[in-house]
Parts: sequence; C-alpha cells; structure tokens
Amino acid sequence: MAILRAQKTNNEADQPSSPVLRFGADKPLKLDAGTLLSPFQIAYQTYGTLNDARSNAILVCHALTGDQHVANTNPVTGKPGWWEVLIGPGRIIDTNRFFVICSNVIGGCLGSTGPASINPATGKPYGLDLPVITIRDMVRAQLMLIDHFGIEKLFSVLGGSMGGMQVLQWASSYPERVFSALPIATGARHSSQNIAFHEVGRQAVMADPDWHGGKYFEHGKRPEKGLAVARMAAHITYLSEAALHRKFGRNLQDRDALTFGFDADFQIESYLRHQGMTFVDRFDANSYLYMTRSMDYFDLAADHGGRLADAFAGTKTRFCLVSFTSDWLFPTEESRSVVHALNAAGASVSFVEIETDRGHDAFLLDEPELFAAINGFIASAARARGLSA
Amino acid sequence: MSVNRAQRVDLEVVADLIPPQSRVLDVGSGDGLLLELLQETKLVDGRGLELSQRGVNECVARGLSVIQGDADKDLEFYPDKGFDFVVLSQTLQATRNPKLVLDELLRIGNRAIVSFPNFGHWRVRLSLFVHGRMPVNDDLPYSWYDTPNIHFCTIRDFVNLCDELGATVEKATALDGNGQKIGLSMPWWFWNFFGQQAVFLLKR
Repeated sequence: MAILRAQKTNNEADQPSSPVLRFGADKPLKLDAGTLLSPFQIAYQTYGTLNDARSNAILVCHALTGDQHVANTNPVTGKPGWWEVLIGPGRIIDTNRFFVICSNVIGGCLGSTGPASINPATGKPYGLDLPVITIRDMVRAQLMLIDHFGIEKLFSVLGGSMGGMQVLQWASSYPERVFSALPIATGARHSSQNIAFHEVGRQAVMADPDWHGGKYFEHGKRPEKGLAVARMAAHITYLSEAALHRKFGRNLQDRDALTFGFDADFQIESYLRHQGMTFVDRFDANSYLYMTRSMDYFDLAADHGGRLADAFAGTKTRFCLVSFTSDWLFPTEESRSVVHALNAAGASVSFVEIETDRGHDAFLLDEPELFAAINGFIASAARARGLSA
Repeated sequence: MSVNRAQRVDLEVVADLIPPQSRVLDVGSGDGLLLELLQETKLVDGRGLELSQRGVNECVARGLSVIQGDADKDLEFYPDKGFDFVVLSQTLQATRNPKLVLDELLRIGNRAIVSFPNFGHWRVRLSLFVHGRMPVNDDLPYSWYDTPNIHFCTIRDFVNLCDELGATVEKATALDGNGQKIGLSMPWWFWNFFGQQAVFLLKR
C-alpha cells in the first residue's frame, strides 16, 4: 500500500494532470543557491480568458502545502480547489472577467520540478540532490510562465502565507510587471519562532527511519509517521487557542472517561492525528523540507541592506495587505512593518486587519470582511487599470 | 474620527483648497467621506490613515487606499514632502501630542490643511461662564469623562502653535454654527468668538 501510494505521488509529481510548461537546456532556472536548474517544468492551472490587451491576468501564489488547483477539484484529494470560496465564475475574483493563473511552485510535488521529480541525470527522484529553493527562485520560475503567456503586466498578484511572500517578492523584484499586489497573512521575513516550528517538522521527517536520507522512493517507503507529526505540529500554528478551545475544549473522543493510556482520549488529539494522516496521502516529505526551508530563508529586507523600504523604492504597484487578529504565525505586526516600509517608499497601500479567532488559516476560509476588502481593492484597481466591469 | 457626518461642513471647505490631481494624505480619514469626495471631484491620488479598524475596513471595501494606524505613532514612517497636501480634519483635538502631529504634517506635506472645532466659540464660553460646566452639545457631543477629544484649542491657540512651529498660515476660514464662512475681513478675536470650526491651510 505504501508503495502504491508512493507511486501515485510520484506520478502526479512527474506526469501531473495539469498542463505543464517544460524548459529545456536553453532555458535554465537560475537559483539563489548558485546553480542552474535544467531542465525543469512548471505545472499550472488557468481559469477564464486572457483578453486581447493581456491586461486581465491575475497570478495566485499558493501556500506551503498548497498547489495549483486553486479553483478546480483537486486530482489527488478529490476536494474542491483550496480557494474556490474566492475564485471562480461570479466569485469575488470572477473568472468570467479575469484570467487567473496558479502554478505549482518549484520544489513542490504536484507537477513542477521538485524533489519527487525524476532527476534526468540519474533517472531517479531528485530527493535531496535538488538544490535548496528560495521564494525568489519560485517567483523567477513564475515569471518565465508569465512571459510564456506574453503577459507584460499582471493585473494582480495575490496569495496568503508563503503565497504572500511570493507576492511581496514579485512586487519587489518585478515592480513594473505587477499592477496590484495582495499579500495576505504574511510577512517580509520568517520569524525565529516560525523557523523553530519548521525545524521541529523537518526533524520529525528526518527522524523517521523510512526517510532513508531522502531516498525513500528507492526503498519503496515513505516517512509517513514523521511527516504526519510535522503536519500535526504545524497545524496547531495555523489555528488559535481560542478557536481550538471553542471547537474541541477538553472534550473526549468517543468515550465517557479518560482511559489512563496514550490513545487519543481527547478530540483535539484525534483531530490532529487525522490531519497528519490525510496530509501524508497528498504531500511529499522531501518537498515539505524544501517548502519550509524556502520560507525560513525569506528575508526581503536583508536583500536590500536591511532596509525594507528599499525593497519597494519607487514602486507604482498598488498594495493591499490583510492580517488577522488571532494569527500568531504572521501576527499583524509583520504586516504592519511591510505597510510602514511601503509608506516610506511612497507606495499606494491599503491595510486591513480582520478580527477573527480562526488564526492563520482564516485566509482560506469564508471571511466576509476579507472578501469585502479584496472586492473593494480589486474593483478600484480594475477601474484604475481601465478594465471594464 | 469623533464628529459625525452631518456636522462635517468643513469637508467642502477643505476640498476647495485642494487643486485637481494632487497627492493627498488624509490623516484620520474616518469612513472615507473626504477621500471619496476628493477622488470624485478632484481626481486626487488619495491615501488615508485611520485609527479605527472598522473605518479602515469600510474604506478599503469602498476601494480607497487606507491603512490602519495612529497619527501619534505612524506619521514618522512617511517620507519628507511625499504628498502635496496632508489633511487633518477634526482629528487634531483627539491626538496625544498635537504639536508633534502638526510638525509631522508640515514635514510630510508641501502643505497641511487642518480643521478643528474652536473651543473659543461663544457657546463654549457661555457654558463655562454661566453654567460652570464643560460644554456638551450637538457639535461637542461627549461628556468630559468619555470624550476622545483630549486636546481642545481655540483659534488663537492654534495660531500661536503655528507660529511656534514656524508655519505660515496661507489661508484660514472660520465657519459659524450654520456652516457659513465668516467674512474674511473680520479680526481674529471675532473669528475666535463666532467661529465654531476653523480650517487652516499651512506651509513651512
């Protein structure tokens, strides 16, 4: 069973159900690690139609364990797209009006080149032979995809969490290619505490004997236990104490009394175990290492002599930042420091903090105030861009 | 920030001071009334800073460029002369450090426009003189213990502060209780007595 599932993930990594753009030896991807990735491929989904002026394109950047299936049924899980509440025909991001692009990031495991992809040099999955990928590398690859579509300037780039980091990187690296930017529940760098949580997750994966130094496919194994523990720890950081207590309290799971053992006595334990178990069915363990590392390495100010405002000097991009009151992974202060930097750079910026107890994951949920802010921002940006309603 | 919509007769006066297509920062933008007016009638490049999250969310949902922030703390992040006009309407009296805030406005904007309720108005004086009580009326609706307005001043106080900060008063308008402009030829003491609100255009 483990081998079968391993096989399945491997297939979606190499032969995804999404369209794929392949770059040969003539078009390598320059990596921050100092090497070139070649050949490589990007798996992506698009929704809607690109207009003649190619001015209605919106790039959606996915989060740590997200993928390109933002507004269609996910081929691995069979569940709705991860942002279908926001994106689709007649939705806030209306695909009857906008051309929406979402690609699997480099280092991911749903079809873009990542550690589960076959290394053409060896005929085996890359594993840890893939260089460490940064947020900037991901964005560089996305730029090549956007160039492929002949899109001079994206109408908007949006995303939450790691997706928000990509949005900030886009706006900083290619300001002339981004008309408006919507970074949600994110920051210009990963905090020490966040790196700490990621390290716990990585150590859990690497401590699993089935990990085999990253070569688990070759052993017909997958470090499911380690990856599940990593996901459990991370999942806690996506919620809030208040929401957990509201949802689970100290309620017992299918029992009337404590068992004086180490079964999942409490509902929260059972819930977390379920989260861990379902995650390993859809995600590659090595890819998890790469994704977490890319966030850890992200520090936009450090790339500009420690002054964040310099990352946005002279920008004409319109920004809207959103944070959530109960998000302790990317607290409001992280967004606010970006806002201050944008102010200092004289940028056009809106900033909304939304009151909710749903924690970091609130950006993926049906949050009316979030939708109202996105709607207002997109509508006014569309007017400024001359896009008819 | 602290005065309701029906009383904002000063907004038109402020808007009249701003030429089309200016870059404007509205400090204390409330629910975005002034910014919207300026964008519609003057096509300005407008930004807002507002303390209340509810006000900010409302503004952004209406497509205005507004951020949550505190005039007392967050003005320092704006660059020198980043705007043609910085507007502080009906907010000065609610700041913790009006002098510092005014100083920041003059730094950030080529010009600053400040409007505030005049505590020298005859009704305020009457309330104190006759009743011995802090004034509570339609224009100043709060009791002393729950008012956000912690730094009231009179028109003459404000003129003194401008002098201290080296700001030139390019234009000043006082509005009476009916929102009518008081004649330009009147002396300061007259404005200070009959002006219920004042709007100043400053430069440094």
